[in-house]
Amino acid sequence: MAKTKKVSVSRRGFLKRTAAGAAAALAVKPGAALAQPQAEPARPAAPPASVRQVALETSTPAPVDVYTTDRPGADFMVDVLKSLNFDYIFANPGSSFRGLQESFINYGKNSKPEWITCCHEESSVAMAHGYFKIEGKPILCMAHGTVGLQHASMALYNAYADRVPVYLILGNEQEIAFRRSDVEWAHSVQDAASMVRDYTKWDDSPVSLGHFAESAVRAYKVMMTPPMEPVVICANGGLQEEPMPEEDRRTLRIPKLVVPTPPAGDANAVADAARILVAADNPVIVAGRVARTPNGIKLLVELAETLQADVIDRKFRMNFPSRHPLFNTAAAPPDLSRVVAGADVVLGLEVPDFWNATHAQTPINRMGMTSRPITKPGAKLITITAGDLFSRSNYQDFGRYAEVDLAIAADAEATLPSLIEACKRLMTPDRKRVAEERGRKLADEHRRTRERDFDLAAAGWDASPITTARLSAELYNVIRKEDWSFVSDTTFISWWPLRLWDFDKHYQFIGGHGAYGIGYQAPAAVGAALANKRHGRVTVNIQCDGDLNYAPGVLWTAAHHQIPILNVMHNNRGYHQERMFLQDMASRAGRGVENTHIGVALDNPNINYAMLAKAYGMWSTGPIENPKDLGPALKAALDVVKKGEPALVDVVTQAR
Amino acid sequence: MKTITLLTILLSGAVTFAQQAPTATAGSADNGKRLFMRDGCWECHGTVGQGGRDGARIAATALTTAQFSRYVRRPTGAMPAYIDKVVTDQELSDIWAYLKSIPAPTPAKDIPLLSELKGQ
Repeated sequence: MAKTKKVSVSRRGFLKRTAAGAAAALAVKPGAALAQPQAEPARPAAPPASVRQVALETSTPAPVDVYTTDRPGADFMVDVLKSLNFDYIFANPGSSFRGLQESFINYGKNSKPEWITCCHEESSVAMAHGYFKIEGKPILCMAHGTVGLQHASMALYNAYADRVPVYLILGNEQEIAFRRSDVEWAHSVQDAASMVRDYTKWDDSPVSLGHFAESAVRAYKVMMTPPMEPVVICANGGLQEEPMPEEDRRTLRIPKLVVPTPPAGDANAVADAARILVAADNPVIVAGRVARTPNGIKLLVELAETLQADVIDRKFRMNFPSRHPLFNTAAAPPDLSRVVAGADVVLGLEVPDFWNATHAQTPINRMGMTSRPITKPGAKLITITAGDLFSRSNYQDFGRYAEVDLAIAADAEATLPSLIEACKRLMTPDRKRVAEERGRKLADEHRRTRERDFDLAAAGWDASPITTARLSAELYNVIRKEDWSFVSDTTFISWWPLRLWDFDKHYQFIGGHGAYGIGYQAPAAVGAALANKRHGRVTVNIQCDGDLNYAPGVLWTAAHHQIPILNVMHNNRGYHQERMFLQDMASRAGRGVENTHIGVALDNPNINYAMLAKAYGMWSTGPIENPKDLGPALKAALDVVKKGEPALVDVVTQAR
Repeated sequence: MKTITLLTILLSGAVTFAQQAPTATAGSADNGKRLFMRDGCWECHGTVGQGGRDGARIAATALTTAQFSRYVRRPTGAMPAYIDKVVTDQELSDIWAYLKSIPAPTPAKDIPLLSELKGQ
């Protein structure tokens, strides 16, 4: 919880704008208690007064040109934002928030929050996205209310869909008289937040410093209440740059922040859920974004073990240890369908696509569209999700309406303790025996799946391009004795790390994009690495080539701020998902695939990511095409990372 | 109607091929390797048929050429269907020959790194 901080009104002097006084410029040094008009310099006796001079002496005096203030409004804004305890500011510079930036780096001493230089607003927000998923703390981002937000918007949508809070300040000049050029007109907007209102939780455009203080604190509170989502506060240019009014100095205060406790499920509904789960012969738990904190993993393990239930992790978060005998690697049809089809109860915990997890649709290789439930008749469906507490209409990330038997509108992690207790109370010796027998079968299946995965990983072991299985195995071999944190999505590498590695800590996996907006991975990984830095962890990122090309400047950010991260390129030289879709479309049309490289291949010339990284000041090696060279290259890169620097290993890989 | 017509054509093609397959010319593994890349098989199954997220491991396939061809014409999963206008019967025989020629993978237990990781 942030502390209330009183504004100092006497620390610096104050210069009040006045219309009276001499026409000459008046310079006031910072710290001056009170500005007094200075005496005019003596004029020469001759020659006679010019026309300009006469005009100056006979016309209405112009307002005093006030050059300085020792207390711009931005200083107070900084006090407010510091009270919210942000660690960092991620921003690409923008003139519409120059006042705030100056106050942060001078008045705020560039500490708590510290300014991190970003090369693209999309990178700023995606870095904040990754940072939060490791540290559980939101980041303050800044951007122009116009062109900056336009850049940031996709990353903001990713964060929104991934239920990640981001605190975004937008610079804007609302007062037309203060817009000094066509640039400032082009960078001003009537309602800045409207552009992203469909995928943010709350926004405001304060018109005074007092208004800013209240809205800034409210925004933080709204953002951090599950379901957590990004928020936007507009910082008017005049409020930032003009002197803080004297009246404000005496009266302004920063409201006290209290973040609400996460909403837990209704006791009666939880008891109903427990009765259904304990009575089930084959309960299956589908985990979405369950574990907000490390404790979420412990709770999910406790529930699964109490019920001896199969756990399907949708891989949005680190929810469940990957080598736990109840962990099921099924992520997509047909394995997912098979597991769900055998269930008589399916419990969805913070699953954003619960309908998809329980239904099958006509695959893309066939015309038309039909769908059917994959659950068996009479199977009970239960959901616990804070997603039921908040909805937007326009963007459709909420998925298809799921017809369930019991929907508990609550935060799953906050509800798990009472659900576990309710289940334990209902576990009779007979039900325990049934559960234990089920658990033994699931453990056998887990072991067989693991055997199969390792055999599949062996296929193409010496192939070039290098298989993603070998890449994952070689990488794990290098880092497994370190305190590692894997910060990549695994969708595009056939989930190999989750199949081969031993994940059991909250920071070892953070899921993916949220809205599958490409351009997320590289900056999110750097943000996550910055969070890991203070804990001394080795951050590992398997980086898709297509994603890195959106905003590679984030490599410079990592090098400049000395953020240790081991980047390993998954360089398959193309936007491969799209290539496969083109293959599908060509086949549907009864045509060949000879042309489906057009618009999706990233070759001719091949991109050398090792050289790219070097250009940004990052240690690098590659491109590596011989799998035998991979292990030594990864070891060399790890040595660099352990010295506190980022590194990149370019690996030419199989498509998936 | 269009869908029904297409399915009928595909079905007819599959039946025709299944009948002809036993007498098809023996496939050329070399040409099959070229076709495997040309026709995009590698996109889901990997360049050496090792499999991945989107396609099964098909190296050293256990299917007969007739079973293989039948599946390619009318896949039961999500694989794109290849009609004979796109890949001829002979070309399918060649691809099958290539897949058949790929040695079976070394078992994980015989790869020191995998063996070590698995035994952790």
